[in-house]
Amino acid sequence: MKLEMRGLTRRFGSFTANDHIDLTIEPGEIHCLLGENGAGKSTLMNMLYGLLEPTEGEILVDGEPADFDTPGDAIAAGIGMVHQHFMLVPVFTVAENVMLGREQTRGLGILDRGKAAELVRELSTRYKLAVDPTALVENLPVGVQQRVEIIKALANEAKVLILDEPTAVLTPQEIDELMDIMRALKKQGTSIVFITHKLREVKAVGDKITVIRRGKVVGTASPDAPEAELAEMMVGRAVNLTVGKEPPKVGKPVLEVNGVTVVDDRGTTVVRDVSFDARGGEVLGIAGVQGNGQTELIKSLLGIIRPDAGKVLLEGQDISRHGPKDSLEAGIGYIPEDRAHDGYVSSFSVRENLVLDLYRRNDFSRGAALKLDAIEKNAKARIEEFDIRTENMNSSLASLSGGNQQKVVVAREFSRPLKVLIASQPTRGVDVGSIEFIHKRIIEERDRGTAVIIVSTELDEIYALSDRIAVMYDGRIVGTVTPDIPREQIGLLMAGAHDGHETQAHETQGGAA
Amino acid sequence: MSTTATATAAPETQPTRIRERSDVHRQIRLVVTFAIATALCIFFALAVDDPNVRYILGERVTKEFQPKDLNGSWVAWLAVAVSAVALVLAAVNRFPRGAAGVVLGVLVGLMFYLGFLMWVYADQGEGFTAAITNPIPGTIRIATPLVLGALAGVLCERAGVINIAIEGQFLAGAFFAAIAASLAFQPYTGLLGGILAGVGIAALLGVFALRYQVNQVVLGVVLVALASGLTSFLLGQIPGDPDVKQYFNEPPTLPQLRIPGLADIPVVGAALFDQTVLVYLMYLSVALVTFLLYQTRWGLRVRSVGEHPKAADTVGIKVNRTRWQAVLLGGVFAGLGGAYYTVGSTGAFDRDVSAGTGFIALAAVIMGRWHPLGATAAAVFFGFMLNLQTQISFVDKLPSELLGAVPYLATIIAVAGFVGRVRPPAADGEPYVKS
Amino acid sequence: MSDVSVQEPAKSPPPERKGEAREEGNRWAAYLPTIKTTVAAVVLALLIGALLIIFSTPRVIESLKYFFSYPWDFFKFAGIAVWDGYTALVKGSVGSWNSIERTLERAAPLICAGLGVSLAFRSGLFNIGAQGQMLAGAIAAGYVGFHFDFPPGLHLLLAAVAAIAAGAVWGGIAGWLKAATGAHEVISTIMLNYVARFLMIYLLGKELFQRPNSNDRLSPPPAESATFPQVFGVHTGVLLAFLAALGVWWLLERSTTGFEMRAVGANPSAAATAGMHVQRTYFLAMALAGALAGLAAVMQILGQQDSLTENVAGTVGFDAITVALLGRATTLGPVLGGLLFGALSSGGLAMQAAAGVPPELAQVLQALIVLFVAAPALVRGVLRVKAEGDGGTVLAKGWGG
Repeated sequence: MKLEMRGLTRRFGSFTANDHIDLTIEPGEIHCLLGENGAGKSTLMNMLYGLLEPTEGEILVDGEPADFDTPGDAIAAGIGMVHQHFMLVPVFTVAENVMLGREQTRGLGILDRGKAAELVRELSTRYKLAVDPTALVENLPVGVQQRVEIIKALANEAKVLILDEPTAVLTPQEIDELMDIMRALKKQGTSIVFITHKLREVKAVGDKITVIRRGKVVGTASPDAPEAELAEMMVGRAVNLTVGKEPPKVGKPVLEVNGVTVVDDRGTTVVRDVSFDARGGEVLGIAGVQGNGQTELIKSLLGIIRPDAGKVLLEGQDISRHGPKDSLEAGIGYIPEDRAHDGYVSSFSVRENLVLDLYRRNDFSRGAALKLDAIEKNAKARIEEFDIRTENMNSSLASLSGGNQQKVVVAREFSRPLKVLIASQPTRGVDVGSIEFIHKRIIEERDRGTAVIIVSTELDEIYALSDRIAVMYDGRIVGTVTPDIPREQIGLLMAGAHDGHETQAHETQGGAA
Repeated sequence: MSTTATATAAPETQPTRIRERSDVHRQIRLVVTFAIATALCIFFALAVDDPNVRYILGERVTKEFQPKDLNGSWVAWLAVAVSAVALVLAAVNRFPRGAAGVVLGVLVGLMFYLGFLMWVYADQGEGFTAAITNPIPGTIRIATPLVLGALAGVLCERAGVINIAIEGQFLAGAFFAAIAASLAFQPYTGLLGGILAGVGIAALLGVFALRYQVNQVVLGVVLVALASGLTSFLLGQIPGDPDVKQYFNEPPTLPQLRIPGLADIPVVGAALFDQTVLVYLMYLSVALVTFLLYQTRWGLRVRSVGEHPKAADTVGIKVNRTRWQAVLLGGVFAGLGGAYYTVGSTGAFDRDVSAGTGFIALAAVIMGRWHPLGATAAAVFFGFMLNLQTQISFVDKLPSELLGAVPYLATIIAVAGFVGRVRPPAADGEPYVKS
Repeated sequence: MSDVSVQEPAKSPPPERKGEAREEGNRWAAYLPTIKTTVAAVVLALLIGALLIIFSTPRVIESLKYFFSYPWDFFKFAGIAVWDGYTALVKGSVGSWNSIERTLERAAPLICAGLGVSLAFRSGLFNIGAQGQMLAGAIAAGYVGFHFDFPPGLHLLLAAVAAIAAGAVWGGIAGWLKAATGAHEVISTIMLNYVARFLMIYLLGKELFQRPNSNDRLSPPPAESATFPQVFGVHTGVLLAFLAALGVWWLLERSTTGFEMRAVGANPSAAATAGMHVQRTYFLAMALAGALAGLAAVMQILGQQDSLTENVAGTVGFDAITVALLGRATTLGPVLGGLLFGALSSGGLAMQAAAGVPPELAQVLQALIVLFVAAPALVRGVLRVKAEGDGGTVLAKGWGG
């Protein structure tokens, strides 16, 4: 099946997300759509999938104009999509999720779950995508959930499969497996649209590359083009992919974590006996695939959840019974991984968000009264210093771009003296300019002698910032290494294969360091 | 420098097993509950001078059901024993989980109830003595509209639309059932009128919640005010002249239909199977809603739009159309529930005749964790409590005004103590807007 | 065909957030669309009300029988009925000093209770319990008011403080239950309304509360020393309602506690991450909401000198919810909403007396107004009003969690 987009345009009010995009997907090719966060890749694919109506332009299937008003039309035309945020109902089983929308019935609309499970089993053997059709999706690891998504698309006999940023949640090994699956699909005649901002993946698997910047197609390239060239096309200027930093001047341990264990509400132990220390003037990277306990570990360090066992010492003082208020006041800065959920209040103004955890300080309040002048002055200064692009300080955070929202959070956390900075996914969903800026500020903070902990699922980021890397798997720290070891070995650690590779991981001792 | 220390302690060397917090909470909750129950049971057993009570197996004294005497003290002490056993089991954290736990819990509740009854009905002194009557018929009657309302709530909320307007649906259903039955001199047309009115309010809910994306909690409160105001207004328009009034607000009521065979089962038979058609419709509705939601294509789709509407949309399910269907179908059940208050019981419509029971149905939805069977169980529980309150108000042991508050207090305790942080359908109350 | 026609731009602020993004200078401009839609909603509600009046007037119905031979009668009688009804409504609400007095006195409790509901809304809580909180306050105000003998002034103060405290306790229970056990406040406040009602009924049957030589469930009126003095025929307690609005405004917009409340209301997990005590804020917000409902009871018992009955709160506690909704997420809103509903309520009485329109019409009008205000798109669609932006109601959505 040949898929063409001609002059496809989408406007949101005065903002043009896609501007006359022309794109042709030939049968049986892996077509990479490369562009940084916010370039308009997802908007384009949502139009292709019937989730958004194009403002202008048309879509052609095998040369015939097609009108996709709903995803149902797109599915019927043979388009399947694996969304960046999985479109799975967590409380349904795998089979129920796969059957949803095209249910197998015994007639009269009565579900035939057995038949649905059979189909899942069949597809899972045919494409080597191991899943249990009766498992509840919410209990599955993200890698498996992604397989369910792919099976869902295949069950609809998709001839064009769109994969929207599929590798963000996978280990390097899982990424390799996914690429094998893509190649196998291609061999069976399925075309694949592979959306990503990661150059390495594009080069590994793509047949053709189209680069999108600010809603426009800026060019096509072949997979053997050098990375620097692709990066420049993507960002619009030469990009320095490495963060310039001096060797660290490592100081004393500031934050000592001893045997922290966290049991979640459902009774699962999500953090198991984790010990490490973060030292002044050094960046400790915590690598690992999403959902291996990093989130809960960080929350327990901050007192947002209480550790069920273990101690957290800040400069020798036990803070494991502290709530977030005391932890913040004791000098921990925190950039949460899900900024929209934990980092800011979207209906609040930039001005208010810049003091969201500072308003209690004497600088910004006297007794019960807020010092509005001081808050305003602070906002002016931070907007200037961090180059926050906003209409004015009273604009709501919801009106800012992802990168600027993150800058507000970063600016707030950097506006008081810190002993420890904990940054989770500091650049997730942020444009390259903001990434460079935030990375620079983090290194500056390190050089000021602050102990920095970076949690990231992006190995590139871990490598760029860390002086030391701890890898988490299944709630445990399975190895602590330096950034000079090859990616493959970290990948193995992230996949939990540490037992066979202890020597590479240089495990030397247990217990507290 | 290429190596640093790592900390990887194997799980088996971990010295202490960490006990889950939820487990601890469960134990605390059980111990406190059973301790209070045991203490009260002991009080019931001790605070009685003359333990003789009278009881009948029917709802009132008839030729068939003559009062019998019973020495209540052994019942009271049995209640003490049962709750004490439960307390000990909870204290050593051996209280069974799963079905066995439910059975034991229900047993404790039942014995507590009996112990309480012995205390209430004992010591009535000379003269007329009130007898303990069979609570099942009253419970079923009171529970009928509650169950129907709760089913409406479950359907709406499973599809992701919060329905606080059940009370409004009751009022509209009751009013138009009375009108329809009066106009036709036929109680069964009343059911049709009730259904239409319930669906009408549901349609308003749908228009404002789905089309105009009004906040749904707000919307529910306003719709109740609207239905209450409108029915009162219209009631005021019906002339008092009996010649005219009979065409509007003097509906015939539904007759009792005895199901031969089943109705002859002792104690429960007449209570369950000698009722009006509305009660049988209620039984059917429970089965129907459960089947629809969990065994059919439509149900799968309804639940998917309530949990993750975008996921449903991406597989070609029309989110708002599905929600509309669930909301309107819910209106059918809520309207039937409303009809109970006129053609199903007393006949004529009166101002705010459902007296806030729609809100109790809402509480049943939440207590039943958004499952039709759970909601039914909760609604029956409320029916039982409301019935108990009427029954024991004939005995002077407790002030009847305060007893009136008991069902509501029980709801608070149930919601706070046993349900706590419940998990509603993930997209409940969120309008679906394409990104 | 797509399911939803409304599509939000990815990068422009969602419309309901508009209220937050205003500058001092264009503050009034930002309110303009809100005012427009509110006025339009009132007009639309009055139109529907007119239909109800028309079809509830016997003379109009009669004229329908010969509509086709003599249609003019129908339109004439209908016009007269609507004109009579609505002039009575206006006269009865603002037509004379007397009616203005009554409007103010009726608005005062609505404003107080509405502020309470609104305060809880801003903190992310649906307080359906103003009714129960008012009853608790009324019990306390009444008890202190008629049972004790203190010097004037002090007596008033003590009675008012007792009412506010009782309301705060009643609201605080729901807040505490939410904070400690996660019990949803919609359920617990609804249930507490009933409990308060039965408590009132119970107490009114006791010697302590029942009016001497009476078998009715009715208490003595509060002592003269515990009531607000009258100025120009209006009790001075009304001023307190406006002071309360000022206080709530300061609390929400200018204080650290209000900052916390708004943050918790808009995004509890971000608030918790920023070191705020979410559960404590829930408790505090419900207690304050209850205190304001208690103040509403003060207006009725110590202001209008009502005796306690089981219906002493009327429907004020429920109307307070609609007042708060009408007022959206602003502090001035509940004041205006309270005044509007106070006018409708006092005018509704006049409408019944002068034009024979049932007073329930006022209730219907209130519900319709709120419904239309909450759905600006509908109002614009029906009346073809053009508005460049709209302000939806900023409230927590869903069951929270």
